This record gives sequence, structure tokens and C-alpha cells, in this order.
Amino acid sequence: MTNSVNKRVVVTGLGAITPIGNTLADYWDGLMSGRNGVAPITLFDASRHDCRFAAEVKGFDPHVYLDRKDAKRMDRFAQLAVAASKQALEDAQFTINDLNAEQVGVLIGTGIGGLKVLEDQQEVNLTKGPDRCSPFMIPMMIANMAAGLTAIHTGAKGPNSCSVTACAAGSNAIGDAFRWVQHGYAQAMICGGTEAAVTPLSVAGFAACRALSFRNDDPTHASRPFDKDRDGFVLGEGAGILLLEEMEHALARGAKIYAEIVGYGVTCDAFHMTGQLPGGVQAARAMQLAMKDGGLSPEQVSYVNAHGTSTPVNDPNETAAIKTALGDHAYKIAVSSTKSMTGHLLGGSGGIEGVATALAIANDRVPPTINFVEADPECDLDYVPNQSRALKVDVALSNSFGFGGHNVTLAFKKFVR
Amino acid sequence: MSETEIFEKVKKIVTDQLGVESGKVVPEANFANDLGADSLDTVELVMALEEEFDIEIPDEAAEEIATVQAAVDYISNKVTASA
Repeated sequence: MTNSVNKRVVVTGLGAITPIGNTLADYWDGLMSGRNGVAPITLFDASRHDCRFAAEVKGFDPHVYLDRKDAKRMDRFAQLAVAASKQALEDAQFTINDLNAEQVGVLIGTGIGGLKVLEDQQEVNLTKGPDRCSPFMIPMMIANMAAGLTAIHTGAKGPNSCSVTACAAGSNAIGDAFRWVQHGYAQAMICGGTEAAVTPLSVAGFAACRALSFRNDDPTHASRPFDKDRDGFVLGEGAGILLLEEMEHALARGAKIYAEIVGYGVTCDAFHMTGQLPGGVQAARAMQLAMKDGGLSPEQVSYVNAHGTSTPVNDPNETAAIKTALGDHAYKIAVSSTKSMTGHLLGGSGGIEGVATALAIANDRVPPTINFVEADPECDLDYVPNQSRALKVDVALSNSFGFGGHNVTLAFKKFVR
Repeated sequence: MSETEIFEKVKKIVTDQLGVESGKVVPEANFANDLGADSLDTVELVMALEEEFDIEIPDEAAEEIATVQAAVDYISNKVTASA
């Protein structure tokens, strides 16, 4: 096989630190049991904020993965990414050594980067003066540092980058990493998304855009994608990482294979900074491109892990996009939003949802959309309400859309040699 | 402030900032070679010492401070001079 021939790309390792579980097994158990990750904010005093709840990662101890000094010089978004990456490598039983290091890359997306350190240091700047600002502020804050630090802590010396496409960043990272392996630039890629933006400024900013749910009196029912009473998304945090590997490489070392990635579709609305193009036309085209890329027909798709943010605009728009992309077959498939459980991890969401999609294929079970009480009349698909379900999943799509009009779809397929 | 008091304060700051065991923070310990401080750590450490002792350590002086004892000596001089 020459480099001019596309290589097949398989998922051989998964890692997840999420609002509903800090290990892969715990995350999957949470998805299957419909665990709710939303609660009042504990990471800062949110009493003056219009939105006072979020889906925080609970009980994450960075020192399980990093020594004290290393942990201290990383913002939480990078800690989460390095931790999930280490989980994925361990899950894959993949060792990076002198022989393969240059063939293993990292591509980790984030919507925002190290916002906590930026906010803390601006406080220092205003109260103590600019010459008191930490020399670690810039390296801790910059969005690419999750990928940079993951390389430092795993030894991966291959292609390394970071996508910063808002809430599509994690899926762009997986898609671009898929291309790099497919085209022979790396034998394996550590890829996914991370975010830790449950901070005072971030919550204030998202509240100001009217993107968040304000259901302060009942936070556990706030993330309710496709339900008629939804009023916005719930901010989440965490990281989801996949180890993608060139198929022959994976087979040669006897790796377990969760799924194959076969398609990647990317479009832009070219319409509005935060809004979505009515009818989800370009979102539909991203799904169509991903299917075409993977040589798939709509009839092969059995599950869509929806972007499903629980905002008034997204859910009917995405429903329309799914119907445009899949035609009548849209009514025969399962569509669910795991954000109903995890909240919206922004750039991290594509990562943990890629993990969920690969697991759905591996286990032939699909996660539910919880808090689904009464459908929005414009949302008329099978959203797997409230209970996970056994379903043979040969092909699944994972959608992510981001501020800026980014539309990304990944196509996963059950691995058959 | 006695030199012992200064040493104890320096030791605590160095332990916190560099994430090293306090037992390693002995007078002759070299920040870079023995305690693993890189260039960013050094800047942060100097800022923490400035804040703790309410002094200014110019960059030229900071570059000369290679060991824990050197830091204690420098601070002792400054603190005594301003007392």
C-alpha cells in the first residue's frame, strides 16, 4: 500500500472525564443509566449570576495523573485533557516509545482555553499591578496548550495541533486527526476535545448571549433537548479523548477496536456569529458530506448523537437538518442528545460525544435523551426518551455545531475487516 | 526578622512554588539543579519572595541568586537595610 491510498482509521482507545463520570467505565455507566450531571455551581460563588448551575466534573484529582508541580502549572482544561489522554492510551494498551514517538500525534480542540487563569490574573493585574502577573499566565491560558502538554506528558512527537472552533472544536479535532492518519501523516493520533469554562466571566458571557438555561429553581431538569419547555443549554466541562490508529497498525499489535471512523463532513453557515442558518441547511450538508466521505447511504445509519444543546434554536434546526440529510429514513433511526446528562462541554462536547458514539457501536446500545417530557412539535424524531436502548448500531453519526457557524459531522462504522 | 525566620519563610515559598518536598529545601540547594526550577519557575519564585518580604529584587540581582542560602542572604540584607 502506498501513501497515495487512503488508510483505514480505527478507534482503539478511549478516555473520558465528564460531569457524569471520571473514567470511561463510569461515563458509559452514566450514559446507560441516564445519570444527571447538573447541579448548583460549586467552582465559584455564582450568587450574583443569572445562571447559577452547571454540569461540573466532580471530584477530579489531577494528582492521580500529574505530579504536584506539573498540575499547578496547568489550567484545568489542560489537566482534564492530559488525564483523559492518559486514560485513552492505557485503555488502548498503547505505549509511546523512541521507535514510534514521531508517528504519534495529538490534536485536541477547545472552545476557549484557559479562561480561569486569565480571569485570576486579570484580578492580580487590577489589584496588585501588571508586574505581579504570573509568568505562567500566557502558557497556561493559550488554547493549544492542552495538545502541547499532552505531548509533553505522553511523549508523542508527531503532528500536533489544536482546533478552536467553539462548540465544534472537539469534533473538528477528531475529524482532522482522522484525515492525518488516513493520509499517512501519523500512525496514531490522540484526539478529542476539552473544556473547563465554568468560570464567573464565562457564565456571565454565555448568559448575556441568552444561550444558557435560567432554570435556577430546577437545575436537574434544565438540560432537556428537543423538549418543548427547554430554555437554553447548561454549561458543562470535561474532556473526551480517542486514540485513532491506522488499521493495519492496530491489527498488527492485536488491539481491541471499538469502531472505525469512515467519514468527516465540515461546512459553515456563513450567516451569523451565534445564530444558526434556518432549516439547518449547512448542518445537513455536513452530515451528507460525512456519509459521502464514508461511502455510506442514509439507510445504513442507525444512530445520530445529536448536537442537541437544549437551546430553542438548535434542536428544531438540527431536527430539520437530520431530515434533510437522511430523508424518510430519519424517522427510523435513534437520535439522542447526551448533553441532557452531561451539559454542554463547548469544545469538549465533540470529544465526549465521539467517545459515546464509538461505545454505542461497540456495545450496540444507545444512550438516552433524559428530561424528555413533551416533544417540541417541530422535533418529531425518535430521541430515545429517558431510557437507554439496545440497538444494533452499524453506522452512527456525531454532530457538533459551533458559534461562528461551524458544522461538523463524524461518521463511525462498526469495524469489519 | 532573624535569618532563621527568613529561611523558614523562603523554605515554605520554595516548597509551594516548586512543588518539592520541604526536606530538599536546604541552604545549599541550587534552584535549577537541585530543585528543578526552570526559567518560568524562577520568575514566579522571585515575585513570590518580593511579595512575601515586601521588597524589590531587580532582574540583575535575581540572576545571581542561585541557591536557597543566596536568597536568604539577599533578603536579609534588604530587610535589615530597610528596617
